[in-house]
Amino acid sequence: MSEMEYTIGAVIKEPGSTRRNKTGRWRVFRPVLDEDKCVGCARCFMFCPDGCVRPAEDAFKIDYEYCKGCGICAKVCPVDAIEMVLEEEME
Amino acid sequence: MSGRKPRLPIPKEELLAPGHRACAGCGSALCVRLCLKALGRNTIVVTSTGCIEVTTTPYPETAWEVPWIHVAFENAAAVASGVERALKALDREDVTVAVFSGDGGTVDIGFQALSGMAERGHNVVYICYDNEAYMNTGVQRSGATPPYAATTTTPAGKVWRGEMRPKKDMPRIMVDHGVPYVATACISHPQDLIKKVEKAKETDGPAYIHVLCPCPPGWGYDSSETVEIGELAVDTGMWVLYEVEDGEFRLTYRPRERKPVEEYLKRQKRFQHLTEEEIEEIQRMVDEQWEELERLERER
Repeated sequence: MSEMEYTIGAVIKEPGSTRRNKTGRWRVFRPVLDEDKCVGCARCFMFCPDGCVRPAEDAFKIDYEYCKGCGICAKVCPVDAIEMVLEEEME
Repeated sequence: MSGRKPRLPIPKEELLAPGHRACAGCGSALCVRLCLKALGRNTIVVTSTGCIEVTTTPYPETAWEVPWIHVAFENAAAVASGVERALKALDREDVTVAVFSGDGGTVDIGFQALSGMAERGHNVVYICYDNEAYMNTGVQRSGATPPYAATTTTPAGKVWRGEMRPKKDMPRIMVDHGVPYVATACISHPQDLIKKVEKAKETDGPAYIHVLCPCPPGWGYDSSETVEIGELAVDTGMWVLYEVEDGEFRLTYRPRERKPVEEYLKRQKRFQHLTEEEIEEIQRMVDEQWEELERLERER
C-alpha cells in the first residue's frame, strides 16, 4: 500500500472501477434461476442492490462475478423461480 | 419464460457499478442505484460522508459512472450549491445536480448546509437515504432514529428503552422552507421512487426526497428481507409515502388495510426488547400521525 501513488485531490479517473473488486467472493448462497418458471416480471432486476440481475434475450441472467448472495431476488420472486443454493453444494 | 424478452418497469441503464462494498442486501445501495436510473447520465452527484461514500469509493476505485464529489460530512448541500452556480455561470444548466446523503449527513451534521441551500433556492435534487442511524461507524443513533429503536448509543435496558426521542420530521422541515417539491419514498416501491426523482429533476429550484432504506446489520434482520421490511414499514404506516408539490400535500400510496405495527417491529432485532405496552404506544403514535396526514389529504 505504501507504494500507491495518490492523485491530487484524491481524484479517481476511472468511472465504475469498483468492477475490479469481484464481490462474488462474498457469497455463501447462490441464487439459481429456473428460466422455465420465470414470468418476466423483473422484480429480481428491480430490487438487486448490486445491479447483478440483468435482462437477457430470454428471462434474466445473474452476474455471479459480483452477486453477494443477499437473497433479495429469491425473496421478491412471485413464482419462486429463484432458489438459494449453498455454494459448496454447487457442482 | 418462453422466448419473450422481459419488459422492464424501470430504466435499464445502470450508473452504479457492481463491486462496491455495501453490505449484502443494502437498502441504501439499492436506493442510489434506482435514483440514478431516474437522474440519468447527465448528472453531477455530491455525497456527504456516510455509508454510501465509504462503500462506493474505496480509493483508488469508484462505483460511480457519473461525475461525483465528496468533501465532508456537513457540507454536501453547500458543495452542490456551488456546483449548481458554477454550471449556471458556464451556461450548462442542462446538467442535473444531485446530492445523496444519509440521515446523519442530512438531519444532523449536514442540516445547516441543507437549510441554506433550500433557503437560497438552488436547483438541486437532494436525496436523503435514511437507514435511521449512523450505520457505517457501528449503529449510533441519529436524529432520524425512530422511538424505541435500540442502537449502540441507545441500548435497551431497564431504564433506557432504546431511543427516547421522536424521529425528526425532516420532510416537513423542508416543506416549511418553501421547497417546491418534497417527497418521501421507500426502496420497496421503486416505481413510486423513480417517478418522484423524475419530478424532482424537473422541478425549478430545490427538491428534497427522503427515502427509507432498511439496513440488514443495523436493524437486525436477514439480508434477503430488505424489500419485505420496507413493504411492512409502508403497510403498517410506520413510513408514509407522500409528496408535497408547491405546498400541496398528496398521499401517493395508501395501504388497502393498515397492518398492526407489531408486524413490522417484531421482525427486527432493534425492537426485540419492546413490551406489549410499548408496542401499543407506537401504534397510537402511528395512528395519530396517520390521522394528521389524512386530514392534510382532505384539506387539499
